[in-house]
Amino acid sequence: MAYGPKVIDHFNNPRNVGSFEKGDQSVGTGIVGAPECGDVMKLQLKINAQNIVEDAKFKTFGCGSAIASSSLATEWVKGKTVDEALQIKNTDIVNELSLPPVKIHCSVLAEDAIKAAIEDYKKKQQGSAQE
Amino acid sequence: MRVPIYLDNNSTTPLDPRVLEAMMPYLTEKFGNAASRSHSFGWETEEAVEKARASIAKLIGANPKEVVFTSGATESINIALKGAAEMYAEKGNHIITAETEHKATLDSAKYLEKHGCTVTYLPVDKFGAVSAAQVKAAMTDKTILVSLMHANNEVGTIHPIEEIGKVTREAGVLLHVDAAQTTGKIPIDVEKMGIDILSISAHKMYGPKGVGGLYVRRSNPRVRLSPVVHGGGHERGFRSGTLNVPGIVGFGAAAEICLNDMATEIVRVQSLRDRLKEGLFAQLDEIFLNGDPIKRLPNNLNISFAFVEGEAMMMGLKDVAVSSGSACTSASLEPSYVLKAMGIGEELAHTSIRFGVGRFTTQEEIDFVIEKVVGVVKKLRDMSPLYEMAKEGIDLKSVQWTTH
Repeated sequence: MAYGPKVIDHFNNPRNVGSFEKGDQSVGTGIVGAPECGDVMKLQLKINAQNIVEDAKFKTFGCGSAIASSSLATEWVKGKTVDEALQIKNTDIVNELSLPPVKIHCSVLAEDAIKAAIEDYKKKQQGSAQE
Repeated sequence: MRVPIYLDNNSTTPLDPRVLEAMMPYLTEKFGNAASRSHSFGWETEEAVEKARASIAKLIGANPKEVVFTSGATESINIALKGAAEMYAEKGNHIITAETEHKATLDSAKYLEKHGCTVTYLPVDKFGAVSAAQVKAAMTDKTILVSLMHANNEVGTIHPIEEIGKVTREAGVLLHVDAAQTTGKIPIDVEKMGIDILSISAHKMYGPKGVGGLYVRRSNPRVRLSPVVHGGGHERGFRSGTLNVPGIVGFGAAAEICLNDMATEIVRVQSLRDRLKEGLFAQLDEIFLNGDPIKRLPNNLNISFAFVEGEAMMMGLKDVAVSSGSACTSASLEPSYVLKAMGIGEELAHTSIRFGVGRFTTQEEIDFVIEKVVGVVKKLRDMSPLYEMAKEGIDLKSVQWTTH
């Protein structure tokens, strides 16, 4: 697969690789994909009381464009409010990285990972509010 | 040492400089049509073609009259299956092959199914082999042909052809062997192995692309095949078309070199392959050998690097040319059907890498590749959520994944 320079840059120098403590109440974790499909993304967002994404980390099992899509997603969500982060569309990722058509599912996965992480964060907040 | 390092010799091999040297006159001044009987231009190229034919025949233990030149193994396989099905249609319409065959065989078989044949696709064992007993059990009174590869192109597993040949011989069924991966690499003797038809590729044995061979037995039994390409009746009617003289001369030269050097090459190539295997297994956990550990091509190594996707791995290994069974490297987005047939889970199929050592591979290159692969696997595992989960003791099979 011949990739564009941005995919190669994210692949060679992935941003924000790592994990946060899963138990942390301010962290939302989204895990999407499946090993038998060849890609699994774990995206974690650290969200503050003002609903702003303070920090993001990812780990991805997948091809170069899956790694690049998740790396880019972590860069984009940082500093955004939760609502703004939810506005990120997979097509934005496709355009930014110049992904070929067969790799569009990687961008969909990244969008899904953002949504899943925020959903997890919201659940945690509701859970602690009830206690 | 020059980069990138070529370690994909099961895909194709570089042209041996000695082969190019043999070909050069036939690309320049010796341009005659080998079918021209009326002048010296044709005589000299015909002589060169017959010399090549004899070299290839010697390599497989055949008579030169039993060797037909084609454009490559894909065409040879097409002639073998379609030609036998048409020629022996009155005798029967059943063909036996295996799930892990090359697409040239599988797609020819599927074509024949649309034209009145029934095909049995034998399942393989965990190493990717079918047994002679399986072949015997699949036979019916309508079986005309068994078509199996000598060694698998992805995982290198060698089929027990000699045992299968005994079964087919006893039943009076023809045996076609796809020897694209093995000709010139390991010994082939069509008599001893009971082979009736054999397909060969020149470019996988350091010869040129665009030329191949088809062995067609002339006695005990005399095999007849309907042609696929019709025309001037070249190659005794098996394959019409003006002969690719430079390609054939190169093919012959490649066969001579392979025959002369085979015994020492097997040892040298296998020791490099084993050095690579041992180097990787010594430094990495959770890696798995695909294919038979012993009965395999001396130059082939196929490993699944759990938790690291194959295409990402190849992207990281930018100075090393290898191939992968990962879906991301195929047009179909499905991982390797060969690994799947062997019962290897898709999650491991996505992580497989095939290394193919060759005639020009050096120990220095192997050591470089070991270092590179270990580095890339460690880097990608550090960013793999699956590796992290496995290390935390989570059973990945118990996780509810969101399949897409």
